[in-house]
Amino acid sequence: MADELYFQTIASLAERLGAKGLSSVELTKAVIARTQAVESQICAFNSFDVDDALAQAATSDARREAGEVLGPLDGIPVGLKDVIAVENQPLTASSKMLADFVSPYDATVTQNLKKAGAVLWGRLNLDEFAMGSSTENSATKKTTNPWDRTCVPGGSSGGSAAAVSAGQAIASLGSDTGGSIRQPAAFCGVVGMKPTYGLVSRYGLIAFASSLDQIGPFAHTVEDAAIMLQSIAGHDVKDSTSYRADIPDYRAELSQRKGPWKLGIPKEYFGEGLDPEVNAAVEKAIAYYREQGCEIKEVSMPHTKYCLDAYYVIATAEASSNLSRYDGIRYGHRSKDAKDVEDLYFKSRGEGFGEEVKRRIMLGTYVLSSGYYDAYYLRAQKVRTLIRQDFLKAYEEVDALITPTSPTPAFKLGAKADPLALYLCDIYTIGANLAGLPGISLPCGFASSGLPIGLQLIGQPFEEANLLSIAHSYEQAHEWRNAHPQI
Amino acid sequence: MANHNDIDIDRVAQLARVELTAEEKAKFSRQLGDVLHHITQLEQVDVTGVEPSAHAYPMVNVWADDVAQKGLSAEDALRNAPAKRDNMIAVPKVVE
Amino acid sequence: MSQYEAVIGLEVHVQIRTQSKMFTRVGTGYGHPENTLTDPVVLALPGTLPVLNKAALDAIIKTGLMLGCEIASVCKWDRKNYFYPDSPKNYQITQFDQPICIGGGVEIELPGSARNVMGEHKIIPLTRIHLEEDVGKLNHGSHESLVDYNRAGTPLMEIVTDPALESADEAYAFLTAIRAAIVQGGISDCDMEKGQLRCDANISIRPVGTTELGTKVELKNLNSISYVRDGIAHEIKRQLSLTASGGEIVQETRDYDGTTGASQSLRSKEMAHDYRYFPDPDLMPVEVDETWKNRIEATCPEMPFDRQRRFFETYELPYTITSVLVWDRPLAEYFEETVKLAGVARAQLVGNWIVNDLLREVGAAKIDLADSKIRPAHIAELVELIETGTLLNNAAREVFADMFQSGEMPGAIVKSKGLAAEPTDTAELEQWCRDSIATNDKAKAEFQGGKGSAINAFKGPVMKASRGKANPKLVDETLRRLLAES
Repeated sequence: MADELYFQTIASLAERLGAKGLSSVELTKAVIARTQAVESQICAFNSFDVDDALAQAATSDARREAGEVLGPLDGIPVGLKDVIAVENQPLTASSKMLADFVSPYDATVTQNLKKAGAVLWGRLNLDEFAMGSSTENSATKKTTNPWDRTCVPGGSSGGSAAAVSAGQAIASLGSDTGGSIRQPAAFCGVVGMKPTYGLVSRYGLIAFASSLDQIGPFAHTVEDAAIMLQSIAGHDVKDSTSYRADIPDYRAELSQRKGPWKLGIPKEYFGEGLDPEVNAAVEKAIAYYREQGCEIKEVSMPHTKYCLDAYYVIATAEASSNLSRYDGIRYGHRSKDAKDVEDLYFKSRGEGFGEEVKRRIMLGTYVLSSGYYDAYYLRAQKVRTLIRQDFLKAYEEVDALITPTSPTPAFKLGAKADPLALYLCDIYTIGANLAGLPGISLPCGFASSGLPIGLQLIGQPFEEANLLSIAHSYEQAHEWRNAHPQI
Repeated sequence: MANHNDIDIDRVAQLARVELTAEEKAKFSRQLGDVLHHITQLEQVDVTGVEPSAHAYPMVNVWADDVAQKGLSAEDALRNAPAKRDNMIAVPKVVE
Repeated sequence: MSQYEAVIGLEVHVQIRTQSKMFTRVGTGYGHPENTLTDPVVLALPGTLPVLNKAALDAIIKTGLMLGCEIASVCKWDRKNYFYPDSPKNYQITQFDQPICIGGGVEIELPGSARNVMGEHKIIPLTRIHLEEDVGKLNHGSHESLVDYNRAGTPLMEIVTDPALESADEAYAFLTAIRAAIVQGGISDCDMEKGQLRCDANISIRPVGTTELGTKVELKNLNSISYVRDGIAHEIKRQLSLTASGGEIVQETRDYDGTTGASQSLRSKEMAHDYRYFPDPDLMPVEVDETWKNRIEATCPEMPFDRQRRFFETYELPYTITSVLVWDRPLAEYFEETVKLAGVARAQLVGNWIVNDLLREVGAAKIDLADSKIRPAHIAELVELIETGTLLNNAAREVFADMFQSGEMPGAIVKSKGLAAEPTDTAELEQWCRDSIATNDKAKAEFQGGKGSAINAFKGPVMKASRGKANPKLVDETLRRLLAES
């Protein structure tokens, strides 16, 4: 199974495509066939367009035939989370609210991928409006974990993670607001990365929490993630939060930077609630780095326990405002029963939004409302400053932090009914969003249940090259990337 | 201090323009009460002299030059419209 | 019952004239086919983000400098959350607690006791000016409303006065003054019919001598500067009469109908608005430094009343002339150009010709001043011909009309039409002057007593005797000589 085309890396496929031993159409056909074969079990896709994908593949092959110099992504099937706009394709956010919406424009990352020649393949499932940690909040379907279909793939980018894990896409893009790339990557045994806030344009990403959202890649390897990041990173005039940073050659840097590095272990990330098997796997990874000559330092991030609270105030506040535009007026679901415009708002939004989305809109509206703004929102933003300062202080002494991605491996579908319990899944990933830092999850073992365990590295702002290199070092010394689910 | 477990769900639903069933109101009231209770932890933090982070990094003066670019045709603008007439979005009559 | 006074505050929205919208680069405009000035950002499609328009920032800084505001060194952007079909995002991006312009004041001129008398000047203090985006347009039918988003996203300045206006006349004067300043600054055309300038008023009354503000009523739909004045006057009357009859003024929003002169309460909302303002996470703060301010300052025009004062001092122009030039910057510039050619001594004469004759002709022909064939050089030459006695006043009118049609220089017209004044028979002239002086001892005494303007009393009879053909300059010289002799 490991020899199957659909489990190969971008790097190796690019070589084969370049050597003309393989065509994009062949590759894409293999991915399509695999998708169709397992989709009834995995349910990763909201939709896909076979003809369109094959047409893109054919165009890629034509470019190669014409002798054009092509980048590593040219002809590679890449899936997109159904919150990233692609012109003339559905953009549903896995919500009833946008069930019939077709985007008239491309997100900036979409344009970047098109320029890189990637074959855009399918609209990938997610928790509705990116709100959730299991993809169970999707209004379209429930995606399963390829390693154990009775378990969740994680969320909110569950479809993006599962598709790569199951071989339904060579790589994919997801979005991460509180861990929505890293956690499903850990649950599904693939690499998932959230860039520094501002490195990748948010133009064309359905906004959940504007100051926390970032688009990032899922892939089989760190090198592949670097290739994907290369194509989407960079300043965008259409996004005022986009940073003007020099973009290095991430892939080339992987072979340049060999360490040793200084790594920090935030002691607050290894306490109560952490599954012992996850703990053990992460400890082994730490041991690897120590053996390589890395200095391992325990650091303290005293405001860690406030991350979740600050996050849920800020994220829901921003979300409540970002989702106001979904009102059934210009697009989206419009209730048939409305007797006047006010009623139209109430009913369309009541009918169009799922439970978790409504819950977060309520919470966000509340914390911004008159009389509560100072106590909640303003205070949370101040605590956020302190959280960021914790990280920056740690970075005076270390290059990156090493932690588990999630307290446990993937849990059973339906296991966590209580919203608060689900929120607690995010405790290790949320900090990086609040502080605007880059984070990556990569496989570091399996639980006795057979479910993957993810290792998280959190890096310094705009130091993706370093972060990727640190991850790459561990990955190449282990075999986890060659394990694939049996479906 | 804010009255945490007493979220006025009717007022909030009104502000957010979301119609909730009675069941949802009861459920959310309880669940959000729990979440808010958890969030009261934030009160423990000493935030004296701390600036709120509106953005991840301080950046100022981000703008673009005043050059008009091509927009959407009326057809594309209204492509996803639930109801339209005469190239405009149609809504139930608004009484001002 | 004690006397009551009115307290008025105005909120003026002005559309800034830019090529593209406030937060996205699609074009702006009025009267375009519906929904042809939109893009994904304007329509608030999923995934879209705002980007500031630099020119709009420059324009509001210029306005702030013109109106004496403090330009904030840092300002930011906030979301004002509310639901309405003309507001695509269901929040408006605006500036809540850190606006770009703070304070400032607008000099106004109240109506004088007569048309040719300058009224009192006062400064209306401003609270702030900030930038925000305009909303779309609702067109109401019988069963449905139709929304056009062409206007949505257009840059808007909101100018807020202190509650410091005291009458409907002050409001009228304020809007006149601020419109002139903004138009002359090139910021906006302020055409109220096109919605480029809109005004809401907050009106309350209180017993004279007290400082606490009464319950205020907001007045909307004031579609012209006259309606603003009339609506405010009507509302003050309404509040006074309600108070007098023992009624209570309710805080509400009222809609004024300019054609009927009546107002009515708009359907009151069950709940007060809770806008849940918070800083917009998609936009970065703006810092304005001295260099930027200085660059804009250099482009600020002379303010209308400063010009008026300068014209009084430099050219000794009467109010009847400056009151016209104040409001019309192109006309004022035209005037000054002409004076440069004709000389400061002739400024009043130049002023008369421009404000009376040129303006009349341009108005009747319905053309712009810039398109008039009469240019400053024409008027300068005309005035020269009159002053030197070559052209008499009646003939001058004829020459003017000809110039306006043909664009020919007055000297050439005088020659070709043979309009030059006849050379004066100085003996005859001297006799007319002696006769005039002889019949008016009173004026003679006054003039010799030091009242210079008394000489004018002698000129009428001389002109009459000469049937209008006497050379005014010669008449003046002759009279003075004779009066000095006797």
